[in-house]
Amino acid sequence: MNRGGMNQGLLTRPPRRSSALFIYMALTLGAVAMLLPFLWMLSTSLKHPSEIFVFPPQWFPKQIHWENYLSAWTVLPFNLFYRNSIIVSVVGTAFEVLTSSLAAFAFTRLRFPARDKLFLLYLATLMIPSQVTLIPSFIIVRYLGWYNTFAALIVPTAFSAFSTFLLRQYFRSIPMELDEAARMDGATSWRIWWRISLPLAAPALSAVMIFSFLGKWNAFLWPLMVTKTMDMRTLPVGLSMFQGQYSTQWHLLMAGAIIALAPALLVYIVGQKWIVRAVNLSGGGAR
Amino acid sequence: MTKWRPNRQLEGYLFLLPNMIGFVVFTAFPVVFALYIAFTDWRLAASIFESPPAFVGFGNFADLVQGDLIFKQVALNMVFYVAAIVPLQTGISLLIALALNQKLRGMQAFRLIYYMPVITTVVAGALVFQLMFDHDSGLINAPIWWLAENFKLPIQPPEWLTSTAWAKPSVVILTLWKNIGFTVVIFLAGLQSIPLELHEAAAIDGANSRQRFWRITLPLLSPTTFFVLVILTIGSFQLFDEAFVMTRGGPANASLTAVGYIYNTAFGTTSRMGKAAAISWVLFAVIFAFTLIQQRLQGRWVYYEAGESV
Repeated sequence: MNRGGMNQGLLTRPPRRSSALFIYMALTLGAVAMLLPFLWMLSTSLKHPSEIFVFPPQWFPKQIHWENYLSAWTVLPFNLFYRNSIIVSVVGTAFEVLTSSLAAFAFTRLRFPARDKLFLLYLATLMIPSQVTLIPSFIIVRYLGWYNTFAALIVPTAFSAFSTFLLRQYFRSIPMELDEAARMDGATSWRIWWRISLPLAAPALSAVMIFSFLGKWNAFLWPLMVTKTMDMRTLPVGLSMFQGQYSTQWHLLMAGAIIALAPALLVYIVGQKWIVRAVNLSGGGAR
Repeated sequence: MTKWRPNRQLEGYLFLLPNMIGFVVFTAFPVVFALYIAFTDWRLAASIFESPPAFVGFGNFADLVQGDLIFKQVALNMVFYVAAIVPLQTGISLLIALALNQKLRGMQAFRLIYYMPVITTVVAGALVFQLMFDHDSGLINAPIWWLAENFKLPIQPPEWLTSTAWAKPSVVILTLWKNIGFTVVIFLAGLQSIPLELHEAAAIDGANSRQRFWRITLPLLSPTTFFVLVILTIGSFQLFDEAFVMTRGGPANASLTAVGYIYNTAFGTTSRMGKAAAISWVLFAVIFAFTLIQQRLQGRWVYYEAGESV
């Protein structure tokens, strides 16, 4: 990092001490505001019900009630919610990456009539908000007999114009000569897709995977609409059902919330470098 | 060479096929289908084969304009939500991004914290905010109560979730907490793509940091700002999860969002799918109009480097 040469000191040097202090204070205040809800969740999840609606608010329970987590787990079938969320997110993401990378490959590496017109059609659908297709998609799912099944949770959300677009942009930057050389050596298109395009597009692929996975893991409206029974609910929907039934048992509700979001937060803290890179890659469309 | 050409054409369609099927069944067809549904009195239990739903022309749309008080309320709510969320989130996240862009220690940790709510499920956030917004014992009112008691001030903290006046601001606060990290990261990427050389050249010419901010940073950041404004406007119009879980749209529909109204209309007691589809088309038209206006206005303030365009 030596660019800037002689003038480097002028701008790459940190701000003055007084302004640095101000920046730290402002950022810390903001960070506290961001963390407060998480900490309050944790604190409430370990309280006795009698300690929840008191004034002034108590941060530390007199006794730590770990058993709240066990109660929450027995009151609600979290293992089913987990199973459903994992199946929906993993299988759905795999489907989405597969279909959009195949399509992006077709749009960039293969030549066929009406290719660019079809792509424009794809782009146009990015403009259509999902609310417009919500009601008809629901009706279609019911006619297919998919209501309250994994098919309803996974299939309709496994095709993304956005992911296709992102991957196409990236595939375009891979030199065509690589494909041609591979074809000379007798490689088929499938092989080129699998052995050249996908590995070289790893950053874009990981971005698509992260967004797809987080989107499906946290999805609320669609899973709420197409499922009916507890054994088909995903974590967010299951948790919101909990609220309706046990709205007075806040200690259990908060334990449930922690159970639902702990793994996602852990994955995030471990993999945050990749997540930020993924946001940059797609947000880079801004410039 | 000529041997595999026709073969490759077919291959193109083959590669496209899996995505195309999904695209046709779950996007292209539904759009056309939605238009048809909006002109019928489709109910949840309706079956096209046994008793086709009646065609009602513009009936559903006329319903909305004439005497639908909830629709009126929802329209007002959406004006509030968009007018509050778009400028607040843009301004606050730009400030945070500017601070995080400083060459100081520990910025990585701050960025990690600010982005945490983004990957959290809305439901968990909405639940804990329900507790925090509690009038008597909530964390948010606690300092106000404390001030009132200790200094004998005649102030009453807001009844956040139970009053028609404060329900919408509550939803806005939850939404900002949930999403600010996302726009911070986008702004950071924009800031980091501004060439350092420009700042150096200006500094050598004697520009102070304030001048550099207004004359270099802000104009060069304008494509990012434009992108943020567009996605925030679209996103605010599509608000659903936050309000649905925290307030159920209440009290008295005071915080009901457009998508919430679509959901209630389609899956509530009347289950009027036709009307719900009509509302979704109105929402689409509004979003489309706003995006168009923003595109038209961008020439006046968005600065693109030569040869660059969005």
